[in-house]
Amino acid sequence: MSTTMKRALPDGLPAPDQPPLTKPYWDGTRAGKLVIQRCKGCGAHQWGPEWVCHRCHSFDLGWEEVAPTGRIWSWQRPHHPVHQALTGFGPYTIVLVELPHAGNVRMVGNLICEPTAPVEIGAEVEAVFEPHDEADPPYTLVQWRLKG
Amino acid sequence: MSERTLRGKVAIAGIGETTYYKHGQSPDAEFKLALQAILAACHDAGIDPKEVDGFASYGDDRSDAPRLAAALGIKELRFSNMHWGGGGGGVAASVANAAAAVHSGMANCVIAFRSLAQGQFARYGRSRLGAAAMGDDAFLAPYGLISPAQRFAMKITRFMSDRGIRHEALRAIAMASYHHAQSNPRAVMYGRPLTEEKYDASRWIIEPFHRLFDCCQENDGAGAVLVVPADRAKDLPHKPTYLLGTAQGGHHRSAAPVHNAPDYASAHFPTVAKNMWAMAKLGPQDVDVVQAYENFTGGVLLSLVEHGFVDPKTANEFLVLENLLAPSGKMPMNTSGGNLAECYMHGLEMVNEAVRQLRGTANNQVAGAEVVAVLGGPMVTPVSSLVLGTEATL
Ligand SMILES: [Zn+2]
Repeated sequence: MSTTMKRALPDGLPAPDQPPLTKPYWDGTRAGKLVIQRCKGCGAHQWGPEWVCHRCHSFDLGWEEVAPTGRIWSWQRPHHPVHQALTGFGPYTIVLVELPHAGNVRMVGNLICEPTAPVEIGAEVEAVFEPHDEADPPYTLVQWRLKG
Repeated sequence: MSERTLRGKVAIAGIGETTYYKHGQSPDAEFKLALQAILAACHDAGIDPKEVDGFASYGDDRSDAPRLAAALGIKELRFSNMHWGGGGGGVAASVANAAAAVHSGMANCVIAFRSLAQGQFARYGRSRLGAAAMGDDAFLAPYGLISPAQRFAMKITRFMSDRGIRHEALRAIAMASYHHAQSNPRAVMYGRPLTEEKYDASRWIIEPFHRLFDCCQENDGAGAVLVVPADRAKDLPHKPTYLLGTAQGGHHRSAAPVHNAPDYASAHFPTVAKNMWAMAKLGPQDVDVVQAYENFTGGVLLSLVEHGFVDPKTANEFLVLENLLAPSGKMPMNTSGGNLAECYMHGLEMVNEAVRQLRGTANNQVAGAEVVAVLGGPMVTPVSSLVLGTEATL
């Protein structure tokens, strides 16, 4: 993976904390894999990470690699800069992506598109792994682009 | 076993507020504002402030009960209570918690309040995050999803897109608040009317449904109400205002992490509204005036739908300005100017306005108002709502 790829947003936004509860997810994205919590007791997918399964109350939660594709469930396009890193930038597009291969859990990311591009609920998207190798610790974000 | 209810058991005997200021313009410290509002509510009720024996608030209010009790020389503190959750989700809950304390006998005379001089602390709509985003924010902030408006915007996008509700419906909500503020000298936006043209020309905060005038302002001030047993209210100066129904909380996993609530495109009132109406033994058709908390106008739409005031199928036709105006609209709403135009006092100003409507002393009075609903801050968790009524509704 190249560190020279154009990022969805300017540098300087907060980096994700990676505590033990969520570390397997961040380890996965570093390897270009989308992994989410899946209960070993009842098989329920769960996102975001939690210590217990919300369905069966098992604490035995594993991590499963899931297909990095989904559908846009909703979206927004912020104009007002809410962080100093965004001043003079924007608008940019945030999507809520439903993962049909993982019990329809949803993830938040940026849609890689022109700032005026129409966005359609239900559109098929695929993950784009966006490495931040220079960060300490390094991390990789999951962005989305329209499929095909 | 007797029925477990707060219906008719307690009354709001006094209301108080400070001057409402634009953000950062209060000459007084936030704690002093809290004291002023509390003393005003006691004075309004004709009750010696030293008789107050409890405080209830929400939104992580910084004016804590023990300090208030010490500052005011309270004889005995019997109830102190902070409702979880940010913003105004707990506005009705603070009154409900005060009411529960009074009705259960834990306390006799409880203040529910909110004090806010945000300018003396940090700014909403700007990040207060450090270099690392923790918890839920780790999955949101790196993508530029940081502010309250951004936390809620995708609920609005989905709901309005699915139902074909137009932005003009939200414009009517904003304009109703501004319209009412023009005859309320307390309002921060008094003398600053909003026109359709001004709204339509205002800048985008977030596409597709948040223009500048869809978003609350920030203000400085404080508001308070005094809650007493119903029996006691009869002997006080003002016509009593009774609590008829109230509820707080959220539906199944409404606070699920990273925007994973199963019923996501919601203001989080489906169960809360049902429980409130059940306690009140009333429904939306019985309400004369609505006070619906605006953090963002889209949240008001969802809130009105979930409390049964608006049918999404007819929202475009119903949510027009004339229907929302006092005195004669079909559903007079936010009659003091609300959060948008009276003051963003996290909804406490709406409780005060509900009491004024029931006393018959509002600036934009709805003639003969007997029942007023206050729908607390939408889309956060937990949320809360309440219904107040005159003696005739008991
Ligand atoms: Zn399970």
